[in-house]
Amino acid sequence: MSRPLVRLLGQGVRAATALRGGGSAFPGLLMEKLHPGFVAEQLARLPHGVVVVSGTNGKTTTKMAVQLLESQGLKVFTNRTGSNFVRGVAAALLREISLTGRFDADIAVLELDEAHAVHFVREVKPRFALLLNVMRDQLDRFGEIDTTRRMLAQVAAATTEAVVLNREDPRIASLADDVQPGTDVYWYGLSEHLRPMFPSDDDMRAVDGPVTAAAGGQPAPQALVELTDFEATDVEFLVHGQPAHANVHLYGVYNVYNAAGALALALTVTDDGRNVPKSDAGLASLLDELARVTPAFGRGETIMIDGAPLQLLLVKNPAGFRLSLASAKPEAYATMIAINDEYADGRDVSWLWDVEFESLRTGGVDLVTGTRAWDMALRLDYDQVPVHAVEPDLTESLHRFIAAAEGRPMRVFCTYTAMLSLRRALRAVAEVPEI
Amino acid sequence: MTTTTPMFPTAPDSGAPEAHFAESGGQGEIHLVQLYPRDMNIYGDWGNTLTLKRRLEKRGYSVKLTDYNPGDSFPADGDLFVGGGGQDSGQFRVMEDLQKIKPVLHELVRDGVPMLAICGLYQLFGHEFRTIAGQVLPGIGIFDLTTVGGETRLIGNIVTESETFGTIIGYENHSGLTRLGDGQEPLGRVVSGAGNDGEDGTEGAVTREVIGTYLHGSLLPKNPVLADHLIATAVRRRYSHDHLEPLNDALAARAREVAAARPR
Repeated sequence: MSRPLVRLLGQGVRAATALRGGGSAFPGLLMEKLHPGFVAEQLARLPHGVVVVSGTNGKTTTKMAVQLLESQGLKVFTNRTGSNFVRGVAAALLREISLTGRFDADIAVLELDEAHAVHFVREVKPRFALLLNVMRDQLDRFGEIDTTRRMLAQVAAATTEAVVLNREDPRIASLADDVQPGTDVYWYGLSEHLRPMFPSDDDMRAVDGPVTAAAGGQPAPQALVELTDFEATDVEFLVHGQPAHANVHLYGVYNVYNAAGALALALTVTDDGRNVPKSDAGLASLLDELARVTPAFGRGETIMIDGAPLQLLLVKNPAGFRLSLASAKPEAYATMIAINDEYADGRDVSWLWDVEFESLRTGGVDLVTGTRAWDMALRLDYDQVPVHAVEPDLTESLHRFIAAAEGRPMRVFCTYTAMLSLRRALRAVAEVPEI
Repeated sequence: MTTTTPMFPTAPDSGAPEAHFAESGGQGEIHLVQLYPRDMNIYGDWGNTLTLKRRLEKRGYSVKLTDYNPGDSFPADGDLFVGGGGQDSGQFRVMEDLQKIKPVLHELVRDGVPMLAICGLYQLFGHEFRTIAGQVLPGIGIFDLTTVGGETRLIGNIVTESETFGTIIGYENHSGLTRLGDGQEPLGRVVSGAGNDGEDGTEGAVTREVIGTYLHGSLLPKNPVLADHLIATAVRRRYSHDHLEPLNDALAARAREVAAARPR
């Protein structure tokens, strides 16, 4: 088959699977089989290259980075669906390319998980990379946190122009040693007094507080963007050492910190000398745009049910779960926890024992659900958190939870596949955006 | 799967016999020592410590909890020791420190002090760990076993059967392959999963009152029989009796049923 025909075939399959409401990666899988170099060829045509974002909570950060670059007038191609495999990128490409084969974008910002990023950078050398953190949620897929770090090292080494690194994650910070000579390294970080708020998984049981990149005795490198303070939606940064204020309407303190990463990336990409177009308003326009970012699917997404808000909060590692719990007063909410152990969630639920649930003691938990509901109930029992009901069936639980909330705002902490199921079930009772 | 839903208005086991002591601490103190929590903490090992602590408190014992990290002065008066798994880098630091406290640990073992060593610490409680690269990390030889680095990790849900403790349920994630010496008693026989080396059908090791295993999940919350065995041993040594009030383990029983039925 000729190449345009292969592409048209892929686009047809994509349209058909979209109508069926089906998986977003299948048409990409087809393209991978019929035309293996498709993704690399298309991305090579982009005038300003490819940006790779990798790390836990990469989706919201990617969304922020895309919006920030769009605010500068760039046409940005991204893999929005959360299908972050190479074939997911291929599927996203099929949607963007016109039927005549025109790919109308200036730059690509792609969120890739660590293992797929390794495959991806073999085919496509990114011009920029933003590497966020190494957390434990990939533990039973990759075996060790240090394995995850080695994967990201390959991404850092393949990046041709600049990498932006999280200064406060020791494994990410050490990636500065892996970049090629000639590739710039920029940092985003936390002020000293905020650091204790963001424990890494290494610090969970460390008594001396977080281990920082500077712990080895070397002074911490100066951050391009440093998060210095925040209260509610008011966020203070130091950008190039100068104070800057922004509003960030995202749930969870880790999202505020990731905003610092996205901002550092946008500043790096549009830095003078890179010949990437940007708004005359520069930094001010980027800070304005941050206020317009809404959460990516499941990352603090709010769905209205008969006038009452229900928040879906994705949890996948101890640090993230802890921060989500700390982001609001639990007594003010009806609370449900949904823990699945499918492959995409991670089969191992040991990590739940490294989350502290004492903050839920006063308000209790209305429902515990998911394949590992009983594990979760057992965990809460050992933290003396009252659990009102345990129901492994997600749909059944959701209906009971909504009924029992009696108008209280609702929070649901859920693992990845539990969230997918709950979103489907929510469609019966509320308007849920397509993903 | 649908299940009839019990209601737990407050604590699920309120009204059970353990309420008798009302967590007064009046039964005396037990000194619980967590080994290397800073370096060996990555598979929910806190769950084991928490389970021991809570189950002691429910029986009316007060718990003195000590974290022992490399370089600390060693709490040789501990009644019960527990330690977990870590990254390779953490394992190296721990290995060096273990050599220093080796004599006192051996003495405690001879005295019948109960210990639980999971995963990385289990390996270091053997003779040695030989990495794929050929590097040899010396262990402290409490167990008669050696571990060699394997090409593939053994990862997934695991069920084993022990004559003493019944069915043991957990999750394994290790690349080290552990071979038991001729006289070394295993903790259990593998029913499903890989176990010590994925071949000989054994899992873990038991020497005197020391239990070594690859299982986390965490291990003790879902295996209350093991937890209570460790507790009873500690209580017997300190207070010359080993009567433990039964606790309501209905939640653990349900979690065990589910875990045993999940895919690898």
